[in-house]
Amino acid sequence: MTAIAHPDRNFKYWLISPAIFLLLLVGLFPLIFSLVVSFMRVTMLETDTSFAGLANYAQLFHDARLWQSLLHTVLIMVIALPVELLLGLAMAYLFLDRLPGRQLLVSLLVLPTIISPIVAGATWRLLFDNRYGPINQIIGWFAGHPVPALWTVNPGLVYPAIIFCEIWQWTPFMFLILLAALSNVDRSLTEAAEIDGARFWRSFRYVVLPAIFPVMSIAILIRGLDLFRIFDIIWALTAGGPGTMTETISVYTYVQGFRQFETSYTAAIAFLVIALLTVIVTWAIRRMGLAK
Amino acid sequence: MKGVPFHRRKETKLVLRYLIAAFLVVIFVFPIYWLFAISFKTPAEIFAFPPVWYPKSIQFNNYAVLFKDGDAKTVGNSLVLASVSTLFAMIFGTIAAYSLVRFKTGGENLAVWIISQRMMPPVAIAFPIFLFYVWLGWVDTYIGLIILYTAFSLPYVIWMMRGYIEEIPLELEESALIDGCNRWEVLWKVVLPMARSGLFATAVFTFVFSWNDFLFALILTRTEVMTYTVQVTHYFGGQSNFWSKIAAMSVLGTIPVFITVATLQRYLVRGISMGAVKG
Repeated sequence: MTAIAHPDRNFKYWLISPAIFLLLLVGLFPLIFSLVVSFMRVTMLETDTSFAGLANYAQLFHDARLWQSLLHTVLIMVIALPVELLLGLAMAYLFLDRLPGRQLLVSLLVLPTIISPIVAGATWRLLFDNRYGPINQIIGWFAGHPVPALWTVNPGLVYPAIIFCEIWQWTPFMFLILLAALSNVDRSLTEAAEIDGARFWRSFRYVVLPAIFPVMSIAILIRGLDLFRIFDIIWALTAGGPGTMTETISVYTYVQGFRQFETSYTAAIAFLVIALLTVIVTWAIRRMGLAK
Repeated sequence: MKGVPFHRRKETKLVLRYLIAAFLVVIFVFPIYWLFAISFKTPAEIFAFPPVWYPKSIQFNNYAVLFKDGDAKTVGNSLVLASVSTLFAMIFGTIAAYSLVRFKTGGENLAVWIISQRMMPPVAIAFPIFLFYVWLGWVDTYIGLIILYTAFSLPYVIWMMRGYIEEIPLELEESALIDGCNRWEVLWKVVLPMARSGLFATAVFTFVFSWNDFLFALILTRTEVMTYTVQVTHYFGGQSNFWSKIAAMSVLGTIPVFITVATLQRYLVRGISMGAVKG
């Protein structure tokens, strides 16, 4: 084997180097770039590029709009994520046992998840229209009189509108993953129809939940991260409005960089977000034993 | 339910479950139905009050307008960007995954680093990438977006292919080596054929993720390589006569995804859960 051992030794590096190169090119480079620029005074409107020290980072702490956008992001996450999880789990139980046409029904349920979030947002924009949209019409049937609710403009309704759309698109994602996870659990433990409530809850708590927990935590991680960077749905529904009421961290970063042209300050925000997420994600991945 | 024979009780439950399931399907599918319905409606039907629940006749005017104005070209752009970047991501990602699995290259840390790249909020690095691309002259070019989508798909491809390659028995590769194959031949003649279905499924999901992207396309395209997702948002705003265009363009961009995913149902779970559930 010594004759071919020599070319073999570098083989594994040849295989992995194109991927690493590309990841560094669009992954690490922007990271370093952000870091350097964040210590300078660059805007797209002026030519001043002097050293700013920690001024941009100091500004982060005084930027009320930034912290509000972070709060908006967390608000959407803490409502949407548990609802998606619990509704998805309930739906998974519903479809676990024999059901005529199960395959077709599941396929139909999964459709929202695979369409583009921007299309999902556009669709709900049309649904939510105060006059020509079907949602106000249906609410009107129950209310007994026409309901002209302005879903994407009224401050009291914009969050429900965004969260409805978000839950509609991503509950099927949770449902599909949890259905697969539950299918791998011993059937005698999951047949809710055959056993009484108390026994069902006990077996769920001590047997089923631990069995599906690894898969469930990955689903929560994926959805949690997606929710943290939520952009498309909001862009399509409210564009952060009314005012800055539904501005999330991604929308705010976009506005700073591409509407206000605050290059250095945007870099500082970006670096704050990246640093925050890197720590959380690395911790979560190791904690969940995902790397194995 | 006391007093009802056991098998009857079971049937009642089945009917009840069926009703709830049907209700859920209606709720989840209705928005998509509405989108398709609008795309076939006439302007009078779109702006009818109270809303018209289905188009009286199927007419393709809303689509014809998109093709006449050249807006449909953006679907072609999405197609080029998503398919070429998927091809590159599959090639580079699969060989990288093979290296990670068979030679434990870089150990666990490298694998964690790679997957953590997928977790980055795109908007946070989009801005530096934009400045970098302005400097390179890559804004609104195919090469710029193809490289970006390729790099963004890589963590997913590597992660998925790692799972599929791990399932290939090592003995097959060893016997091929003993038979005189070199390392590249083992990869080409043993590993890739064995992982074929995994390759196919991963490629489709990679394609769908790039196809559905909005943020990078918004930032890095102007006119030449604008994708259909950006085109859809151009119809937003005051003028409500754009509704038919929003719907028709959205449908054009959604049908390819429905078709590809429908053909790959059995890989759906593993594909969207990043391999968390083996399917």
